[in-house]
Amino acid sequence: MADNAQMVEAVLRATLVDMLGLSPERVAAFEHGTPLFGALPELDSMAVATLLTELEDRLGISIDDDEVDVEMFETFGALLQFATAKALN
Amino acid sequence: MAATGDNGDGHPTIIIIPPLFDEANRMRRTLVLMMHALAERGHASILPDLPGQNDSMMPTQQATLSQWRGALASIAASRREAVLVASWRGGALIDDAATGAIGWWRMAPQAGASIVKTLMRARMASERESGQPATLDSLRAMAQAGSIALAGNRLSASMIAELEAAQPAAVSPLRLATLGDAEGQVAGSPLWLRAEPGEDAAMATAMAGDIARWAGQCVAG
Repeated sequence: MADNAQMVEAVLRATLVDMLGLSPERVAAFEHGTPLFGALPELDSMAVATLLTELEDRLGISIDDDEVDVEMFETFGALLQFATAKALN
Repeated sequence: MAATGDNGDGHPTIIIIPPLFDEANRMRRTLVLMMHALAERGHASILPDLPGQNDSMMPTQQATLSQWRGALASIAASRREAVLVASWRGGALIDDAATGAIGWWRMAPQAGASIVKTLMRARMASERESGQPATLDSLRAMAQAGSIALAGNRLSASMIAELEAAQPAAVSPLRLATLGDAEGQVAGSPLWLRAEPGEDAAMATAMAGDIARWAGQCVAG
C-alpha cells in the first residue's frame, strides 16, 4: 500500500521496468514529459490492461474503467498524476 | 505439449502449469529453458497444453476451468512415478486437481477475477482506440449471453463464470516462491507482465534450482 507521493512514483517506475523490460536506470530517467504508450508500438491494448490491473494490485487501489482515457497513458507525467490521485485520495 | 528427461532415478517428475492466456506466451520460452535446466538436475518435466490453449486442437470457446482441472488430474494420475506440480499465475487456479502430487510449487498465484478483469480491459482499450468503447457492464452482459472474444481468446459464459469465482486452493506441502535477490528468493523479474515476450536464461536456471530443492525436500518428507 502506497501512502505518499514518492512511494507511488517508485511503484509506478518499478511496474514500468517489469512491463517494458528496461533497466531501472533507464526508467529512473523518465521525466514528466517522457512519452509512453503513444511512442512505443509494443504497448498495445493488452499492455494497457495489464498495467491497470498491476497498479491496482501494487498500489492497493481500485480503478473504475470509466475514469480511464487514452491521454493518461501518453506521458509518464500523466500516468503518475492519475496513479497519485487514485492512491492518495 | 513439451516433455524432457527420462526419469529413471526416483526424482519426481515436474508437471508445469504455465500462466493462462496471454501471460503463457510471455513465459513459454523461459519455461522451456527451465525444463532443460530441470533435466540437468535429473528431473523429467511435462508442460501440457491445456485443452484449447497453445497447440491444442480444441477451440478455446469449448474450454472451461473444470475441464482443465480434469485434464490435469488425468495427466497426474497417468504417471507411475512421483510428481510435483509447479504453477505460475493463473495456473495456480487448477494445480490442486493433481491430487496425488507429493508437493506443489507456486509463483505469483493470481485470482481468476483479476484475469477476467485484465482480459476485459484489453478489449475495452482496443475499442477505445477505435472510438467505440464498451463498458465493463456491457462486456459482462455479452459474456453471460453466450461467448465473448477477449484479447484473442473466445471464452464461453461458463469459463468466465468459473474464472470470476476461482481462487488458488489450499494445497500442502506448498512452496510459494518469490522473486528477489534475498536468500531463499528466486532472482528474476515478472516476465509474465512483459509487453514484448522475452526470455531469461538465468531466471530459468534459478527457478529450476528452486523447484529441484523443493522436490528434494518433499521426497525426504
